[in-house]
Amino acid sequence: MNEIWAGVQEAFRLIFILDADLIEITLRSLEVSLTALVIASALALPFGTWLAIRRFRYRRFTIAVLNALMGLPPVVVGLVVYLLLSRSGPFGVMGLLFTPTAMIIAQVIIITPLIASITHQAMRELWSEYHDLLISLNTTKRQRVVALIWDGRRTLMTAALAGFGRAIGEVGAIMIVGGNIDHATRVLTTAIALETGKGDFALALGLGFVLITLTLVVNLAIHALSRTEQEGTW
Amino acid sequence: MEISSNDPHVACPYDDHHSCPGPGPALRLAATTSFNNSGLSDVLLPAIKMDTGIDVQLLVVGTGQAIRLGQAGDVDAILVHSKTAEEAFVSDGFGTHRREIMYNDFVLIGPVQDPAMIKTSATAAQALQRIATAEATFVSRGDDSGTHKKELALWSEAALEPEQFGAWYKGVGSGMGASLNSASGLDAYIMADRASWLNFGNKGGLGLLFSGDPKLFNQYAYLPVNPAKHGHVNAEAAVRLEHWLTSRRAKDIINKYTINGQALFIFNSQP
Repeated sequence: MNEIWAGVQEAFRLIFILDADLIEITLRSLEVSLTALVIASALALPFGTWLAIRRFRYRRFTIAVLNALMGLPPVVVGLVVYLLLSRSGPFGVMGLLFTPTAMIIAQVIIITPLIASITHQAMRELWSEYHDLLISLNTTKRQRVVALIWDGRRTLMTAALAGFGRAIGEVGAIMIVGGNIDHATRVLTTAIALETGKGDFALALGLGFVLITLTLVVNLAIHALSRTEQEGTW
Repeated sequence: MEISSNDPHVACPYDDHHSCPGPGPALRLAATTSFNNSGLSDVLLPAIKMDTGIDVQLLVVGTGQAIRLGQAGDVDAILVHSKTAEEAFVSDGFGTHRREIMYNDFVLIGPVQDPAMIKTSATAAQALQRIATAEATFVSRGDDSGTHKKELALWSEAALEPEQFGAWYKGVGSGMGASLNSASGLDAYIMADRASWLNFGNKGGLGLLFSGDPKLFNQYAYLPVNPAKHGHVNAEAAVRLEHWLTSRRAKDIINKYTINGQALFIFNSQP
């Protein structure tokens, strides 16, 4: 219990003195995970919606695979991305290993199936409501996807936030592809792993509380921006 | 904030590394956990930056992984401690040469009550024999690191074979810090480098029980990755870093680095 209390105190101390290293790794955490979120959402939201309205031969199979990929082990993703980006791997010439870009690539792979799968679940229900209307209006497939995404935007935000939560709290993959290099690829989660390794539980836990606070702030900010939970609009 | 430029050796428009996330005019050095956990890297890297302008990006890994990174060309140089593996690295053409820089020593850690009574051992091998006889819980790194290799060498010196040990011998497959955390939780014996032990914050009921056998000395060597094998490596910076690491200035910083008044590393590079 003492260590948890020391961790809380450490978190307040770090935030209060605006520790330069803390700000740097916090910003990098945000930068990597938000970039991954934007890319993953751009892929997953249209794909999940398309999957809900389109009937094709291997649809069930595709959905089953997508759902299974939600549980993709980050450490395996990290290892595969590592081997692909390594200088002796197929994309080695790009020199991306141990850069924030490599971390973004790994996180996109991890969260895209999650966002797509939640999107598909939500859109399937919305589509059964909108089906007759959109068909009778003689809309194109593209128009249907756009209409569904727009009207289902609140549920889709939940999907995106779930993806963000998984990305920012992820450590296995980015540790491998980023290398946890100080001032280059160190983020909150890898710093926590490092400090735990040094037995400095107070600092590790302090960083942990900063991470939780950050996730909370991002969620609240997105909710505020999109004006959900307001009178009359929920 | 710019995410990164793809070429790790492209010039960075800013002088201070905070402004250049991702690779700047940097040298990637894979070094062992003990070098970083001891805190020595926190003292050396800023001095290197100041004297040579080289921004050393440190990848903290076990010796086994450091050598793999060097073989793949993912780093420009490695700083490790496992002579056999290093010599193979050079003879296979992955490194240009091997330069000894400094040494520290390994120590045997265990519960302060010392149930296996290793405190009074004459040699490290005898201490390990006593642990095996008492079947006292022992945590092994088990991660193919330099420390792990050294531990295995000491067991074979003691004429014992860890693969035949019972459940008291626990290979945790983690870095030095995580392994020390395990040992602390299990009240187990463990072999650690002195620096990591002194800097470790979660000692619990553990204490330093045995040290001083010359067999426990731990030589660090610097090996630049061969540019003939990997054309993209920053060979020029690797040479300058070697000059610095073997300089008088490095000697002063390394020898004067202490924790609780104890010197951790001894500079022994030959000009």
